Amino acid sequence: MIKVNTEDYPWHPGMTVRVLLDEKRFTFRHIIVRVNGEFVPEEDYEHHPILDGDDVLVLHLMAGG
Amino acid sequence: MGTILKEYRYTPAKIKRGYSGKSLYLNLTDLRFEQKEITDFMKEKLTGGKGFDLWYLWHAITPETRWDSPENEIVMSVGPLGGITQYSGTGKTVICSISPLTDIPIDSNVGGYFGPLLKFSGWDAFEIQGKSEKEILIFIDGNNGLIQVEDASEYPEDTHLLAEELTKKYAEDEDDMVNVSVACTGSGAKHSYMAMVNFSFYDPRRKVCRFKQAARGGLGTIMHDKKIKALVVRYRGITPNLNDVADISTINKVGVKYHKEMHDLDHKQNKMRQIGTANTVMIMSQYDLLPTRNFQTGGDPETYKISPQVFINEWLTQGLHDGCWYGCTMSCAKCADHFLITTGPYAGQRVTVDGPEYECAAGLGANLGVFDPQAILEENFYCDTYGIDLISFGTCTAFIMECYQRGQITQEQMGGLDLCFGNSKAVLELLHQISRGEGFGRIAGLGIRKLKKIFTEEFGADPKLLQDIGMETKGLEYSEYAHKESLAQQGGFAMATKGPQHDEAWLIFMDMVNKQLPTFEDKANALYYFPMFRTWFGLVGLCKLPWNDIVPADNHKTDAPAKVPEHVQNYVDIFNAVTGKSIDKEELIIQSERVYQFQRVFSVRMGKGERKDDYAPYRSLGPVSREEYLSRQELYDRQLRELQNLDPEKMDLDEKIAVTRRYREDQYEQLMDAVYRRRGWTSNGIPTPERLKEIGMDIPELLEVIEPKL
Repeated sequence: MIKVNTEDYPWHPGMTVRVLLDEKRFTFRHIIVRVNGEFVPEEDYEHHPILDGDDVLVLHLMAGG
Repeated sequence: MGTILKEYRYTPAKIKRGYSGKSLYLNLTDLRFEQKEITDFMKEKLTGGKGFDLWYLWHAITPETRWDSPENEIVMSVGPLGGITQYSGTGKTVICSISPLTDIPIDSNVGGYFGPLLKFSGWDAFEIQGKSEKEILIFIDGNNGLIQVEDASEYPEDTHLLAEELTKKYAEDEDDMVNVSVACTGSGAKHSYMAMVNFSFYDPRRKVCRFKQAARGGLGTIMHDKKIKALVVRYRGITPNLNDVADISTINKVGVKYHKEMHDLDHKQNKMRQIGTANTVMIMSQYDLLPTRNFQTGGDPETYKISPQVFINEWLTQGLHDGCWYGCTMSCAKCADHFLITTGPYAGQRVTVDGPEYECAAGLGANLGVFDPQAILEENFYCDTYGIDLISFGTCTAFIMECYQRGQITQEQMGGLDLCFGNSKAVLELLHQISRGEGFGRIAGLGIRKLKKIFTEEFGADPKLLQDIGMETKGLEYSEYAHKESLAQQGGFAMATKGPQHDEAWLIFMDMVNKQLPTFEDKANALYYFPMFRTWFGLVGLCKLPWNDIVPADNHKTDAPAKVPEHVQNYVDIFNAVTGKSIDKEELIIQSERVYQFQRVFSVRMGKGERKDDYAPYRSLGPVSREEYLSRQELYDRQLRELQNLDPEKMDLDEKIAVTRRYREDQYEQLMDAVYRRRGWTSNGIPTPERLKEIGMDIPELLEVIEPKL
């Protein structure tokens, strides 16, 4: 199990940032990803692993209107 | 050329540090002009823009004043930063009046050239009271210090024709047309409470008048009631420092930094320069936030048909400058050129359509079940030229459609219109009927609150259902964001001072997706900070979009990325550089709060502005119908288990809907309590004298209003 934006989310082997974003359907491009507090640049999404127990923050910079 | 009814000559005041120091008063009843001084008190306590508007309005009316009372005013002001040309989004004017939809002060901001040209003509604010006997236009010649009131009965009604004719009339030659701006409404103002005011700016490349709108709350309806066909201002000689700023080099430096950001980052971020605010249509649908079929759901499989790429590829002209004031590199006012109209009085003609902005694609598209870009553009054109607020029209028509869908009204009662979701031809015919004042159009533009009464009393509709699905609070229609899964945004809409418009707070992603606001206190803090911050734009003359529709490349490293701290600092620096003052980020919020609390007290004075006025229709809070529950059944069932410790397997659908409703309504009550505490209000929503004193707004006439309510 991992945390995604403070909520529990099931983990599975092979999960990367990109896999997680796809699973969560986080399609908005203008986001900030932090894994255990560490910023992950967009170019690393494909390969940056997410491990069981990780705390992931996906911050959408959409303030709208 | 109409008869000149009155001339008024004046010496244009010299602007100093962003202020001309003068406001113009006109009483239409006896065509009487006055000049008023902008006092130090006004600058200190109210800053400008909306602050000035509300101050004049407060002193012009009584608690008994309604929208069509002669003493009601239309007041407009651009603010001290309005008209600078070195930063993006610096031409915004705010117009205030007592609204026909809400009976309280409405404020509506608008781009275009009118406000800055008015200031450069010598006027920080323009206050119009009384009623004219004849249809008139008011022309302000800012270079020569001349104002003329002219009989305007012979001019066309609809915006695109009227503005073009008046721009040509008052410009000395073609090159001078950019120096003329027209403020007007359209034929829709005669028969609706949701008419708006268009501000023009002449586009010399396309050789047409373009328009931005002060759309919300029926300002155009009031303009028509006063028999003002148009306001026209002409000022020639825009130069970089007409505001006589205190520190031009800081403004230049901040401006250059910002323009580089726009150049380097916009194409990687929101593509405002390509598509404008409509960039978010697909995103909203993918995140279940695009209001669809009267906010029943948050998206639709057909949304791809009205995606930004469709408009970019097939409809919107690219590569031309689309700023609505000089110096705006965001340039987001996109338009479709040579668009062929297929219905109504302009069928067969080719026109330029300003838009669609996001609210248009959502409100006249998805929320009406219309996924046809051509139909949306035609609806957009007619709303603009008839002078009808497309947000109120879209949300109100969506309500009518759902009433029809659920058998609450019949096709016969709608004069034969088949207003089922998706029928864009019927939507366009309804617009034409409102313009002509015929058939169902005689009542359809009165707004949801009045329609609920008519449908109930005259058509026998179920008042409880209509209360649940009619998306209005305080009498104003909701703007176009599905938000029932964001408690913070439910409050952002229903607790907004003027009514449910998103320009106070837009917290859906922070709350629903990012989960940054887990507690009531977190949500209340956001519902304090963001409304106070965003109010500031309307005090000083700025557009909100350059604040956060592009952000610096290193914004993610800041401790509060949603606030875009570097841009907030830009605003502090620019304000100080224009005015010569020395505020910081905290004082900026206090400047806003003074006017925010003042507006709340103003609503109290008008008999609203209390807890009873801050409730939302249940469609805003949760699923009204079985279909809505089923559309998100997994989420709602999970919430029953996790939030209420209930087993959905043991409940039937109606029971689950009822239990969910009780829970969500209770959550909203708790949110109100938390927000009221944070804003310094009583549990009934009244600003306390203590809070007014803390921010320096413990003015006797405000205290006199709130004291009986404490």
